[in-house]
Amino acid sequence: MSNTQAATSEKPVFYLTEEHHPENSTNLGFWIYLMSDCLMFAVLFATYAVLGRNYAAGPSPADLFDLKLVAINTAMLLFSSITYGFAMLRMEKSDKSGTLMWLGITGLFGLAFLAIELYEFHHLIQEGATPQRSAFLSAFFALVGTHGLHVTFGCIWLVTLMVQVAKYGLIEDNRRRLMCLSMFWHFLDVIWIGVFSLVYLVGVLG
Amino acid sequence: MKLIRRLSALALPLALSGCDLVVMSPSGDIATQQRDLIIVSVVLMLLIIVPVICLTFYFAWHYRRSNINAKYDPEWHHSTRLEVVIWAAPLAIIIALGAVTWVSTHRLDPYRPLDRIDANRPVTPETKTITIEVVALDWKWLFLYPEQGIATVNEIAAPIDTPIEFKITGSTVMNSFYIPALAGQIYAMPGMQTKLHAVMNKEGVYEGFSANYSGDGFSGMRFKFHGMSNDNFGQWVARVKEQGSALNRDAYLKLERPSNRVPVTYFATVEDGLYDAILNLCVKPGQMCANEMMHIDMMGGAGKDSHENRKRLEYDTRWSADAGPGATHPATGHGAKEPTQAEGVNAPAEAPAGHEGHSVAPDQLNTNPKP
Amino acid sequence: MFTNTNLMEFIFGRLSWSSLAFTHDPIILATFVVVVIGGSAVVGAITYFRLWGYLWREWFTSVDHKKIGIMYVILSLVMLLRGFADAIMMRTQQAIAFGANEGYLPPYHYDQIFTAHGVIMIFFFAMPLVTGIMNYVVPLQIGARDVSFPFLNNFSFWMTTAGAVIIMISLFVGEFARTGWLAYPPLSGADYSPGVGVDYYIWGLQVAGVGTTLSGINLIATIVKMRAPGMTMMKMPIFTWTSLCTNVLIVASFPILTATLVLLTLDRYVGTNFFTNDLGGNPMMYVNLIWIWGHPEVYILILPAFGIFSEIVSTYSGKRLFGYASMVYATVVITILSYIVWLHHFFTMGSGASVNAFFGITTMIISIPTGAKIFNWLFTMYRGRIRYEVPMYWTIGFMVTFVIGGMTGVMLAIPPADFVLHNSLFLVAHFHNVIIGGVVFGLLAGINFWYPKAFGYRLDPFWGKMSFWFWLTGFYFAFMPLYVLGLMGVTRRVNHFEDPSLQIWFIIAAFGAFLIALGIASFVIQIVVSFFKREQLRDTTGDPWNGRTLEWSTSSPPPEYNFAFTPVVYDHDSWYDMKNRGYVRPLEGFKPIHMPKNTGTGVILSAFSVSLAFGLIWYMWWLAALSFIAIMVVSIAHTFNYKRDYYIQAETVTATENARTKQLAEQA
Repeated sequence: MSNTQAATSEKPVFYLTEEHHPENSTNLGFWIYLMSDCLMFAVLFATYAVLGRNYAAGPSPADLFDLKLVAINTAMLLFSSITYGFAMLRMEKSDKSGTLMWLGITGLFGLAFLAIELYEFHHLIQEGATPQRSAFLSAFFALVGTHGLHVTFGCIWLVTLMVQVAKYGLIEDNRRRLMCLSMFWHFLDVIWIGVFSLVYLVGVLG
Repeated sequence: MKLIRRLSALALPLALSGCDLVVMSPSGDIATQQRDLIIVSVVLMLLIIVPVICLTFYFAWHYRRSNINAKYDPEWHHSTRLEVVIWAAPLAIIIALGAVTWVSTHRLDPYRPLDRIDANRPVTPETKTITIEVVALDWKWLFLYPEQGIATVNEIAAPIDTPIEFKITGSTVMNSFYIPALAGQIYAMPGMQTKLHAVMNKEGVYEGFSANYSGDGFSGMRFKFHGMSNDNFGQWVARVKEQGSALNRDAYLKLERPSNRVPVTYFATVEDGLYDAILNLCVKPGQMCANEMMHIDMMGGAGKDSHENRKRLEYDTRWSADAGPGATHPATGHGAKEPTQAEGVNAPAEAPAGHEGHSVAPDQLNTNPKP
Repeated sequence: MFTNTNLMEFIFGRLSWSSLAFTHDPIILATFVVVVIGGSAVVGAITYFRLWGYLWREWFTSVDHKKIGIMYVILSLVMLLRGFADAIMMRTQQAIAFGANEGYLPPYHYDQIFTAHGVIMIFFFAMPLVTGIMNYVVPLQIGARDVSFPFLNNFSFWMTTAGAVIIMISLFVGEFARTGWLAYPPLSGADYSPGVGVDYYIWGLQVAGVGTTLSGINLIATIVKMRAPGMTMMKMPIFTWTSLCTNVLIVASFPILTATLVLLTLDRYVGTNFFTNDLGGNPMMYVNLIWIWGHPEVYILILPAFGIFSEIVSTYSGKRLFGYASMVYATVVITILSYIVWLHHFFTMGSGASVNAFFGITTMIISIPTGAKIFNWLFTMYRGRIRYEVPMYWTIGFMVTFVIGGMTGVMLAIPPADFVLHNSLFLVAHFHNVIIGGVVFGLLAGINFWYPKAFGYRLDPFWGKMSFWFWLTGFYFAFMPLYVLGLMGVTRRVNHFEDPSLQIWFIIAAFGAFLIALGIASFVIQIVVSFFKREQLRDTTGDPWNGRTLEWSTSSPPPEYNFAFTPVVYDHDSWYDMKNRGYVRPLEGFKPIHMPKNTGTGVILSAFSVSLAFGLIWYMWWLAALSFIAIMVVSIAHTFNYKRDYYIQAETVTATENARTKQLAEQA
């Protein structure tokens, strides 16, 4: 309580004479949002766990998933997390162009991930493994598709932020936003690791 | 137990004479035990609720502002002893109730075969039992009597003092099968089977209905339960056989269509395996049965080239797809990967559902075979 | 290529003249006429008095938590009228539809009404009212100038409103769901409910759910980060504690609702198989998921009511709350336990005995902390000096009514007893007993309690007491017969009966509903009368009830910055402590105050959300796509605005505070 008047007299002081600056709540707020998002994924994971073996006399993960392709895809997302980390390091050094460059690379990895995922979906649908085919495929497309949508929004956000950083520089507001996006991006990474292991690995090998 | 009887005898007229509180004065042993449970729990809880209400009124009155004689102590806000009491008192009640709950939930589990006909008569190996299969349709009830080979719509009869095993399923949406005088309700759900064991102890005609909202015709989804002596039941069966028509798949598919307030209908004969076909959503010719599908799934699915299977499994859209090819599609789908399963998949009646005792049909919560 | 029909179908989707419900239903036509006349009167009056600019600048775009709180309360009261109209219609139908008389509501209409009643009362009456009161009171109680994210707060409010608008549109355009308020599949699936009703339900809830979740996040961050110096967690006012727990519950449960409804949406729009009977779907999964949200929802509503009663009992007894710590622990325990009881809503779906017994017992355990709370209020009154203002009436009414509801709740928690009571009118009576006797009484008490803070004058006590007595007697008349009917084996959601012996009970219940209508009318009259008598009822002290927490330390209504200087907290009931220890209000040295700026983005986004939902409901894909793009563009554009705050000049603050000094001096 450095900025209260020292309570020297008998009566305690009941108010601050200086402006009170509570800690910024954005990080906490965003963290809580991520937890709520995590719960949405929890529901989708639970749904997949319940329905994941209801193939409706149709194809199973072993018939459908191409682990190599998914492994490449996973690598894309993991790399994008690393490069985002580099962008944050540059930001700490207040290196605007370095930050932008690493953000750009992150975005490219993100797009590559999305492209591969879309290719995979397209391929599945061509083979008749549509979301309507069975409860298993419904749950699969819902879970993986929701993750993909998150990555898509992440990419849109990333581009927006790059424009803002380019335009206004690494001001405090932008640093906070970069921090939030960083949490979001790594969060999607963690979710994807869950998807990769529980859906793809267990599905094909388990 | 005696205490409960006496209390219920006391509570009933006290509560409301002149109206039929069927839940509080049922005629079947299961419902009676459930009624006793209600009374026990109310008495246990009143132990704490009556004092609370009285204290509320007393404190509210005594400590009113105008009563300056009452003690006023604005700083009094804690008393460890009191806190222990106010947590311990509800805790004690809940421990008692929890024990009652655990025991009674197991004893009155609707899946558990009865071990008594009423408080004084246990079920012995010689006790005759009866099985009734119940199907909730839009918006009427179909009852099949596998042992008698008959079926009825919106009327059900059973001999008294005979344990009844209900096997319950539905055709479209969730309903709840409930005869308050007989026993508690249980949901009727398509593609799944629930069970209820109960016994009726008094002759009479009782109300039954769906207790879970199921759409437009829900309000009219009522039926009568007739508790009869053994002789009368025999006569009733004979009457059904005499007056009824045949219930085959075609008749069922017509009956299944949504309709309201359907009058009591009798069926003298029932096609073999009809209930299992209903349960497995494959009454319509050419449909793949759910138990077969689950078997294929358990074996790891049917591979990529199994598009035909999907059409044979479509069920919810059956009415809208009537005109299309789906309804009369030739049953030439692919079976499971197991070679032995590839043949004979298109004869639902022969599907391995019929065996007594180990129904392959999904029981509750077992729709997802564990790895 | 495009024939005329194709073009029409492209533009209007499934919408056609015959979708307009009022074209073929006299009841809806009459409602529609009334709404149109009433609506144009309001719009006309606002235009005539040139209030649009004022409303837009000072209210719609406001990020002030106090104004947003008030707007939430107004929204909820408007929706209460709609939800209650549904209730009266149901009661009337059930009172007359016996034997040959089919009543005046065919199933098609009746089924929509009971669904709408449930949805509106929970999502658009109780929720906004709870959120509104929390929004208004919490920042004041913790000595903050606003919430953590003021813009988000405005946005949340407008999303909730957008949800309400979507539900209201369904009254006139198309139909509402005929599924019951939780829309169990397969009934709510595409095959058994092909119309737009369930789609209205889904999108109304989804849009409002966004608002609810975000406001939950906002209030958690506010309570965690924005408390006045010295206010440790165990010195927080109890209402703030219950708000914190409620918002934790919101954030931890609404995403489950959202995800579950998304899956139902996919089933309906894309043809997936999550909850279908065929192709491996599992309808029971929906029932589980929806109640994993649904049970915490009950506590989301009741916990703030508990908090309100705690504040009221302690204030009017002139005494510190008995057992503050155990009250806090009880609240936290309830919060946690509310996640492991959901299965008690469907014991009858046939889980095994051990599963049922487990969930039954966890449910009963919740009654232990709840019981402890009741005792705490009881012993707060003990050795108190109780002033019988209107909020205290509600509190006593609550304590007596709620324990009855609690008792019937524990009865329903015993699985075998539930088998005979489930889905019966006994159940209906039980949850109305706890929701009216707990939540509604609490919220109405809260409105009476904090109204002088918000508007600077007290509510008229006579009409307040009228309202209370009508509500209380109305409640007992309306729902005690339902308990009886439940024991007679009468189930819910039935629109026609055969057995004439039931009728008398339904008539008594309808009479009770009529009494409650008088209670609501008295409440409205109370507000109007108080407005005209505002000079008589004026509160110049800012502390009309001899309050105990910080919101009473500032003026009524508070200045937009709430506190000229941030208060410092040393003890529970910090305002009582300040008064006790000779607090002197600072008279000089005011500094400029940093405040957030108003913005119209929330209104715009919510308007586009309505059109997005409308497009999706009616398959007007172009409208949905355009609205979605508009939402994205507006959101992104909003982030390019970095100048979101301003300073209230020190002179302005000084002037405001001097005016208050003068007012207080006149008082003395």
